[in-house]
Amino acid sequence: MNLKLLKQKIYFNFFRIVTAVVVAFLIYMIGTFVYNGIGVIDWTFLTDIPRRGMTEGGIFPAIVGTLYLTLATMAFALPIGIAAAIYLVEYAKEGRIVGAINSAIINLAGIPSVIFGLFGFGLFVVFMGLGTSILAGALTMSLLVLPIVIAATREALLSVPKSFREGSLALGATKWQTTRNNVLPYALPGMLTGIILAVARAAGETAPIITTAAFFFSPSIPTSPLQGTMALSTHIYYMATQHPNIGLVRPITYGTALVLLVMVLSLNLIAIIVRTRYRRRRNW
Amino acid sequence: MFGSVSPLEFLFGTSWQPTSVVARTFGSLPLLYGTMVVTSLAMIIAIPVGMTIAIYIAEVAQHVEKEILKPTIELIAGIPSVIFGFFALVTLASLIQQLTGTTSRLNALNGGIILAIMAIPTIVSLAEDAITSVPKEYREAAIALGATRWETIRSVVLPASASGILAAILLGFGRAIGETMAVLMATGNAAIINFNILDSVRTMTATIVIETPEVAFGSLHYQSLFALAIVLFAITFGFNYLGGVVLKRLRRQGR
Repeated sequence: MNLKLLKQKIYFNFFRIVTAVVVAFLIYMIGTFVYNGIGVIDWTFLTDIPRRGMTEGGIFPAIVGTLYLTLATMAFALPIGIAAAIYLVEYAKEGRIVGAINSAIINLAGIPSVIFGLFGFGLFVVFMGLGTSILAGALTMSLLVLPIVIAATREALLSVPKSFREGSLALGATKWQTTRNNVLPYALPGMLTGIILAVARAAGETAPIITTAAFFFSPSIPTSPLQGTMALSTHIYYMATQHPNIGLVRPITYGTALVLLVMVLSLNLIAIIVRTRYRRRRNW
Repeated sequence: MFGSVSPLEFLFGTSWQPTSVVARTFGSLPLLYGTMVVTSLAMIIAIPVGMTIAIYIAEVAQHVEKEILKPTIELIAGIPSVIFGFFALVTLASLIQQLTGTTSRLNALNGGIILAIMAIPTIVSLAEDAITSVPKEYREAAIALGATRWETIRSVVLPASASGILAAILLGFGRAIGETMAVLMATGNAAIINFNILDSVRTMTATIVIETPEVAFGSLHYQSLFALAIVLFAITFGFNYLGGVVLKRLRRQGR
């Protein structure tokens, strides 16, 4: 018996060590970005344009570009995604078609982002003639985050008990009044979690922007959605692999990576906090 | 496209030089090879490590540890792939070069390791769900028969959650194959088949993202990129579909 317990102890400690090693590796990885990036980041870095062939100056156009791209993406994806989910859960009759749509959405979520990039290039950039532009990038990325928004909204709507709807309908409310007053308010925190995650995904996405929206360098802020833009994620890629003097611009690359990392991780953290609080507070 | 390049040549040709001035070739085998080598390496690392962490979180860890580990794993899943790529390009590549003395600094192993790190969160969270969903009675019965906790995990909990774990592995595979930026930055992108994990390889995803911005619309090259995307789509769809089927069957069993 003691031998058995010893064996168990050895296994459990082995599991603990493996877990600790992976966590340590990740802390080390994030640590390298903090260590190498923190020294570069100051007010000028965040608010100045790149200067002297991008070896000096800041990353302001990239920050604004990522902001524009993300906002435009959500402007397309949110109304369509939420409307689609409301229709699927509240209005559509369960059946073959709804089942097919649901599995299509799940599979859409599994398609590699680079395929969306190529598709967006073919459809929006070339065929629709939008060129390399914020609009083309946002349309492409909205297709990418649409499944996330739909799936999150769907889950949130499904988690609202049926009796909420029945109570409202019994009082004579219409279907839409019921959905708006008795379902959506309770589903909102769950939807919010998914939406924040979608925003984080859009902000960090790289491959689909390279093919549809990104400029290697642009000295100014885009003034029209039909212009291309710099973005944080692509700036890291270009500075790390395409810049004529990769070694010289490495600190700037680390700084850019740290800015993106902080942005995306905070969004993810907010999503986790919203979800935890919502679960704790839910009392039905 | 297949009017000019035969499907056989596209699928099994060993030379990918779509922009060569001498003789353009569209053999996608080196790219498929690159994708498969990097993904396989990643899964060889990520499956055992991911499983170990999943078992640890689900069965061994104290409540507090669990509350910290689970969100941490989730946060990792949210880190953009370009960040992983940059880390692989600068730090991990140098580390591997020091350890192995390889001449090509960016290689398949580098890509495999970084991809493994990225696949671990997917595998951990799905496998952990599968393990946690095994009914308590199963464990209690085994313990009552005098089994230790480890014996219970090995002979009762893991077999009972096998299909959920399989789904986790399939979905992890599907995600790893489609990963682009990290692999693009880590592997060196040489479209050759060398059967050496310390040599540079070029994946299908990397090829699409490198060549799309420069391709001439409607050209044979443009069409070949779409053909490549279709192959990639078919592979990822296959894995995701299988994973979905396994999960669905699991749910129907009522667990």
